[in-house]
Amino acid sequence: MKKLSARRRHPLAAIVVLLFALAATGGLYAAFAPAGEAQADETPAAQSLAIEEGKKLYAVGCSSCHGTGGQGTSDGPTLVGVGAAAVDFQVGTGRMPMQAPGAQAPKKPVMYSQAEIDQMAAYIASLGPGPAIPTEEQYSPEGLSAEEIAEGGVLFRTNCAQCHNFTGEGGALTEGRYAPGLDDVDPKHIYEAMQTGPQNMPSFPDTVLTEEDKREIAAYLGQVNSSEAKTPGGYKLGGFGPVAEGLFAWAIGLPLLIGITVWIAAHNAKARKS
Amino acid sequence: MSSETGPHENVSDDKNLPSAQDASGAEPEVHTNPFADPGLAPHDPRIQDIDERAAKRSERTVAMLFTVSMLATLGFIVAYAVIPVDEYVYIFPIGRISAVNFALGMTLGVALFCIGAAAVHWSRTLMSGAEIVQDRYPIGAADEDKAGALAAFGEGVRDSQFGRRKLIRTTMFGALALVPLSGVVLLGSLGPAPGTKLRHTAWARGKRLVNENTHEALRPEDITIGSLSFALPEGLEHDDHSFQKEIAKAALMLVRLEPEDIKDQQELEWSYQGIVAYSKICTHVGCPVSLYEQQTHHVLCPCHQSTFDLADGARVIFGPAGHPLPQLRIGVDDEGYLMALDDFAEPVGPSFWERG
Amino acid sequence: MSNAADNVRPRASAPRGERIADWADGRLGIYGAAKKNIRKAFPDHWSFLLGEIALYSFIIIILTGVYLTLFFKPSMAEIHYEGSYVPMQGVLMSEAFASTLDISFDVKGGLLVRQIHHWAALIFLVAMFVHMMRVFFTGAFRKPRELNWLFGFLLLVLGMFTGFTGYSLPDDLLSGTGVRFMEGAILAVPVVGTYLAMFLYGGEFPGTEIIPRFFSIHVLLLPGIMLGLVVAHLILVFYHKHTQYPGPGRTNSNVVGFPLMPVYMAKAGGFFFLVFGVIAMISAAVQINPVWVIGPYRPDQVSTNAQPDWYMGFSEGLIRVMPGWEWVIPTGHTINFGVFIPLMIFPLVLAAIAVYPFFENWVTKDQREHHLLDRPRNAPTRTAFGAAWISWYFVMLVGGGNDLWAIFFDLSINAITWFVRIGFFVVPVLVFVVTRRICLGLQRRDRDKVLHGRETGIIKRLPHGEFVEVHEPLSQEQLHLLTQHEQREPAELPPAVDENGVKRKVGPIERLRVRVSRGYFGPHAQIPKPTAKEYQEIMSGHGHH
Repeated sequence: MKKLSARRRHPLAAIVVLLFALAATGGLYAAFAPAGEAQADETPAAQSLAIEEGKKLYAVGCSSCHGTGGQGTSDGPTLVGVGAAAVDFQVGTGRMPMQAPGAQAPKKPVMYSQAEIDQMAAYIASLGPGPAIPTEEQYSPEGLSAEEIAEGGVLFRTNCAQCHNFTGEGGALTEGRYAPGLDDVDPKHIYEAMQTGPQNMPSFPDTVLTEEDKREIAAYLGQVNSSEAKTPGGYKLGGFGPVAEGLFAWAIGLPLLIGITVWIAAHNAKARKS
Repeated sequence: MSSETGPHENVSDDKNLPSAQDASGAEPEVHTNPFADPGLAPHDPRIQDIDERAAKRSERTVAMLFTVSMLATLGFIVAYAVIPVDEYVYIFPIGRISAVNFALGMTLGVALFCIGAAAVHWSRTLMSGAEIVQDRYPIGAADEDKAGALAAFGEGVRDSQFGRRKLIRTTMFGALALVPLSGVVLLGSLGPAPGTKLRHTAWARGKRLVNENTHEALRPEDITIGSLSFALPEGLEHDDHSFQKEIAKAALMLVRLEPEDIKDQQELEWSYQGIVAYSKICTHVGCPVSLYEQQTHHVLCPCHQSTFDLADGARVIFGPAGHPLPQLRIGVDDEGYLMALDDFAEPVGPSFWERG
Repeated sequence: MSNAADNVRPRASAPRGERIADWADGRLGIYGAAKKNIRKAFPDHWSFLLGEIALYSFIIIILTGVYLTLFFKPSMAEIHYEGSYVPMQGVLMSEAFASTLDISFDVKGGLLVRQIHHWAALIFLVAMFVHMMRVFFTGAFRKPRELNWLFGFLLLVLGMFTGFTGYSLPDDLLSGTGVRFMEGAILAVPVVGTYLAMFLYGGEFPGTEIIPRFFSIHVLLLPGIMLGLVVAHLILVFYHKHTQYPGPGRTNSNVVGFPLMPVYMAKAGGFFFLVFGVIAMISAAVQINPVWVIGPYRPDQVSTNAQPDWYMGFSEGLIRVMPGWEWVIPTGHTINFGVFIPLMIFPLVLAAIAVYPFFENWVTKDQREHHLLDRPRNAPTRTAFGAAWISWYFVMLVGGGNDLWAIFFDLSINAITWFVRIGFFVVPVLVFVVTRRICLGLQRRDRDKVLHGRETGIIKRLPHGEFVEVHEPLSQEQLHLLTQHEQREPAELPPAVDENGVKRKVGPIERLRVRVSRGYFGPHAQIPKPTAKEYQEIMSGHGHH
């Protein structure tokens, strides 16, 4: 203790204190930061009529914002005609139900089982005609040739990259809205998002972007933005381009080299302490 | 002092060098000045200077580093010869990366780094650890050198008769001033005059709007509310020689609004059943703006964040753009396909002096 | 020749190396230069090696750049890709882009060289920037080194443009967006903008000329000029002899350091390999500019996160935060201030730091040579100016990446833009004031340390019960270091009436100079350093308190 108090006036003491303070702040933040609540509500799905069951689920989870008959309220848009695909996307990615009204519903842990989602989707689809949930052969990348996947890349750059970035890392929109990152998103959800245009995203109906085009885009994303994707040159720094690269040069490259300069110029250990 | 002193031929105390601060070599005059320069500290020997075993250890370290470098270079050669260019490896936490890039880079890096580390370690532990002191000399010339230089220059000027022969002087300056003009004139070959090139695009009355994704002409019913589509003028193909040049001006985005949501009267008149066609080229510096938010009808430019309101004549609502996006007037032809009713009424893209 | 007789003897007995040196000396006269320089002393300090990082990364860039030219095709002819990168099969692209893919995927080691080239370029600019800041904050730019400061500044600016042209060469979607931006910026130039744009691009954007033209600018014109400037910069460093930090035995008229041969040769030469090694390892492990996922340039495609490399980021920030002012003047012509004003501020930001040495010299009218560096705290106003400039630069850099900060910190892009708009004017002023106060605080602390010694943190109880902290007196070295600096008097206006009773005329510029000088060296701008008398009074009294 005495040693410690004697050293607290050491020239380097301030730096040590700063480091401790930073570590403590970070630790506190990590301890108190709200963690994602991952819990799936498992209710027995034993009803015979999917629509009936979906209607019940809807009445509990959705009707407060979207209205008792899906007609919409001031808190949520009408769901008549959005189709099963929209329900599968919104609920299947956890965006719905929303925790609080806001500019944008963020992706969250999914609250319902796929069976329940299908029931709700069936109910919403019964309200008015809309896009159905795509089948696996519609979105699966199986069987596409290299040229078709490359064509998916061209389509992605024309229609998607402006908001979602070259490799689907996401980007900012106005007033705090954003296009989410597409890392490892299920190709089904990619397909549904293009089909239904969730929230502020414009839709790309089949007349604008054919089924085949959508499948190619999903396949291209799987090639360049998934945990399996190749990054030939090494760590991809988030895929955000020059800002991340410049930050790396300043935050890692320069300190490394300065560390070496300090070593080169430091006076060598003396044989005896003066 | 064990320090060695450099050449002394230039020790003159020049007026430029304030000698007030110069206390080198003098005995510390602590009695009169408590802050006097105590002079360079005597050189303390390092462990390696007094202990031969430590010196040997340093020698071995340096030699080992050089050896590691040699091995790394051999590794580089082997990696080059053995690893195919298209082989990938997963390395935690970097990712699935090119094996040859990683192997070549690491072996090259180690080979180079070890040479450097060896040289530095050698210099720090075995080369003389004593600092040496050398004198500076003033940068400017001594007075007699200056006088000599000026005299020589004066003699040269007189010899040339430059001062007397005014005619020669004037014409020489004239000739030398004019001759670089030839080079400037040659730069005229760099490109054509602008003319009206920036005022026209590939759009014209009757040209159908072709879906950029499907390459098929668009019908009004293809475009739903909340969707976003991009169109090319009929006849412009990706393989065309002038495709890049034409698309740089003609790129078009189409959205459909509820006609009652359209606030701008001209926009409504130039639309077709709520379908509005706007230039995709930002009026700021020409990036393709197409970050369309279907609920707010705002479109954002990813380059500099100019924001346009597509429901209000593409008015600029934020950012550095100076004027709205130009709108293309559209209608349908006899077969029910969307077509342009005219070229853009104003130049697309960034503004320029002659734009007006 | 005249000493033919002498030449006979060494031939027989001199070692081989000496004979080679003799041969060279007979033709180049190397011994004179070698005698003067072989043991030339170089002061040792880590911050003196920052410039070397820049020098070595420049050499690395040249070496790797030459290799890349062997494979790169600077052509904008459109072809269908047929190389080995699968997700680009059959895509239409320029030959420049295709050959960049070939370098990355088909030339063994090509990707490594490309990545070393690009990483070295980023680090080159970073190193030049911090080297310039070291020179600035220590006052190393003062006479006789003002010209070398300008050479260095030119290297920074040319480095930025060489970087920009190189970044554009692959003709990818990201860099093409930058080239498009440049067209828009040129079009904003009043009167001649359209002509300049047509001349630069060889017609309408994008045309087929810009990549080949950038290529010759990038590999020939700019690096050629830079090479000449680097050589001149180094010659002047050698000729002026290096500056040194103040300390015991270090004066304005000597150089204390390690001899060029062998110590500095080993350190500096070794450092080249260290820098190269670090960059090679970074390039092995961290991907840079993956053009294969960015895609070939098409004027109707774009991606978010469209940014230039970091050294152009501050100009990007200027462009992003500028309000969209565009006027049609009565002659019917358009002036696009939204682009033109940032275009003009861009060189002004750089010029502000470039002309500073001349500004300071105008204030001080100091004609002496300075080889001993200032401790930044002892030049509070200069240090504050430099810190304000850096903060200004970084505020703009933040503006250049506003879309990414918005995503990472969950902020609105509009809020960040407004922050930068206000910060552009406010932050430098705040930083100036705060930095100056910090410098003055440090000067006060130095003064306290000299007069009262270092606080040890040890509390002693005196016999009568009082607690005191033990202060340890400073060593002679520290006393000297903390008091060696010169403190200037502010300039004063000459008396209103000269010795002959005639009224003296003082121009407005001189009046301004006197005011600025008071701001630099007046009583509020520096803490008087302790005098010997003050020190002795305290020492002869009751010791430390």
